[in-house]
Amino acid sequence: MIQARIRKQYAAGRDSAGFSLDLEFSAAAGVTVLFGSSGAGKTLTLDCIAGFVRPDEGRILLDDQILFDGAAGVHLAPRSRHCGYVFQNYALFPHMTLRQNLEFAAERAPRLGRHRKVNEMLDKFHLTDVAGRRPYQLSGGQKQRCSIARALIGAARVLLLDEPGRGLDAPLRAEFYAVLRRVREEFGTPMLLVTHDTQECFTLADEMIVLRDGRAVQSGSPRKVFEQPANVDVARLLGLYNLLPVEIRSLDPGRNSSRLRYQDFELTGPYFPGKLIGDQVWLFVRPDQLSAAPRNGRPAFNQIPGTLLRMLEKPDGLRLEFSGDIAVEVPAGAPFASMDKYSGVKDWVVEFPSRDLRIL
Amino acid sequence: MPPGPPMDWFPLWLSLRVATISTALALAVGLWLAWILANRTFRGKEVLDAAVTLPLVLPPTVLGYYLLVLLGRASPIGHVYEWAFGGPLVFTWQAAVVASLFHSTPLLVKSSRAAFESVDRSYERAARNLGATELRLFWRVTLPLVRRSILAAAALAFARSLGDFGVTLMIAGNIPGRTQTVSIAIYDAVEGGNTATARILVIIISAVALAILTLANRITSNPFGPRQTVL
Repeated sequence: MIQARIRKQYAAGRDSAGFSLDLEFSAAAGVTVLFGSSGAGKTLTLDCIAGFVRPDEGRILLDDQILFDGAAGVHLAPRSRHCGYVFQNYALFPHMTLRQNLEFAAERAPRLGRHRKVNEMLDKFHLTDVAGRRPYQLSGGQKQRCSIARALIGAARVLLLDEPGRGLDAPLRAEFYAVLRRVREEFGTPMLLVTHDTQECFTLADEMIVLRDGRAVQSGSPRKVFEQPANVDVARLLGLYNLLPVEIRSLDPGRNSSRLRYQDFELTGPYFPGKLIGDQVWLFVRPDQLSAAPRNGRPAFNQIPGTLLRMLEKPDGLRLEFSGDIAVEVPAGAPFASMDKYSGVKDWVVEFPSRDLRIL
Repeated sequence: MPPGPPMDWFPLWLSLRVATISTALALAVGLWLAWILANRTFRGKEVLDAAVTLPLVLPPTVLGYYLLVLLGRASPIGHVYEWAFGGPLVFTWQAAVVASLFHSTPLLVKSSRAAFESVDRSYERAARNLGATELRLFWRVTLPLVRRSILAAAALAFARSLGDFGVTLMIAGNIPGRTQTVSIAIYDAVEGGNTATARILVIIISAVALAILTLANRITSNPFGPRQTVL
């Protein structure tokens, strides 16, 4: 269990904007994801916890141990923190074999059990066959497993992972997710994982903390965050939604409906409790919740005309991008989901399903 | 060609001995200095770096003068040395070691600092994160990672020590059979019209220097890159 309150200020330089990290969070067992775009302060947060960077103020607690306390002047050296750090480039020592890498990390374990422990780790992470190799002779997946094993072997009480999925192709990613799930089950070590990948976050996170400009803007289970982003910034960060600025024209709690004005068009949505007529809000809806058809006469109910800019092929269907930043994703078998026939058609209508419309 | 005096090999052996000892000492001092310059931030760091490099650019006479003042029999250091070792430092072969130290150390510091700074910080962070003390980090991670650059720098320093002339002449003097190193012996031989001796020594020193530099180049190439497959 990590409890952290971290403040760190970087003054603006001649050619760099200043940055301030001001964060308070706690991470219990399981995987906690620090989610945000690059420059949001995710890695800096890990570095503060690991002790590579000294915060200006705050307090970092790991289980019952104080790692850092600004007021009391406590700042433990990295080597006394027992935080396993999995570096972005793995940072396996290139002059040591894989076994030696693990032995280096095991040296703080009691001498008697070291050898057995190293063997056990090699076995658990399927590295026994390549234990005598140097890092440059290993595949990306092997390097990653080794760096996790190395971080765990010194009895780490938390695992800090800095963008671990970066640079791995799809099968390796899947393999890596499986490794993390096994670590969670077998070792029970809490993990704090940094990523800007929505998919990774959804796959791995028990809890997620959304960071923006050094601040936590939302936290909760991924499902909750994805279903109801706290504000339009979070929604933008998640990058999963169409976001349209709309004005509420009418609200009818009795029929559970509302009318929203988007540019010159009117859409019908569900009733939005707590909102007033005339409120300017953001409508957000996932691309796969929309449907599209070539335009044929006047737009019908809840349809908005759009000019097709691009049609992109996806593994499971097509993505249609329209003017006004509206994207629609249709599954492979859907009507009009044919690149050949319809990519030349410019005028379309996009249909918004009333009950899936949500606002921020 | 008239037969010259019998070949005196002493200067060659002395030079090798002086260069070996001075390289060893330069390694100890130079690595420590380079480590501090590469890893610590403190006021006057670049001044220290410049001061360490200074002997490379100062005229040998200037450096020799400083050392005479600093280590001479009248100086405090000279006194302490005389008290500890029962004789003066200046005009002994040990003074020649000191002289070449001032040329080999800057070379080592420069290359080692660059080497230390080139080590990916994440290795050092990883080592600390895994519980290593600074000492263990140095011996087990940093030094092995840069050992080729350091070895090459040491070879360079050794070669430079072999060839020192001016400073050695000023503080160790030119006492045949006691402080006369190769470069001074060559000068002596040329001055005395003893061209045969000069020629042999010149050829030997050039060959040794060339061999050492070639070796240094071979050491630096191919650190932990892919192993070359020999079919």
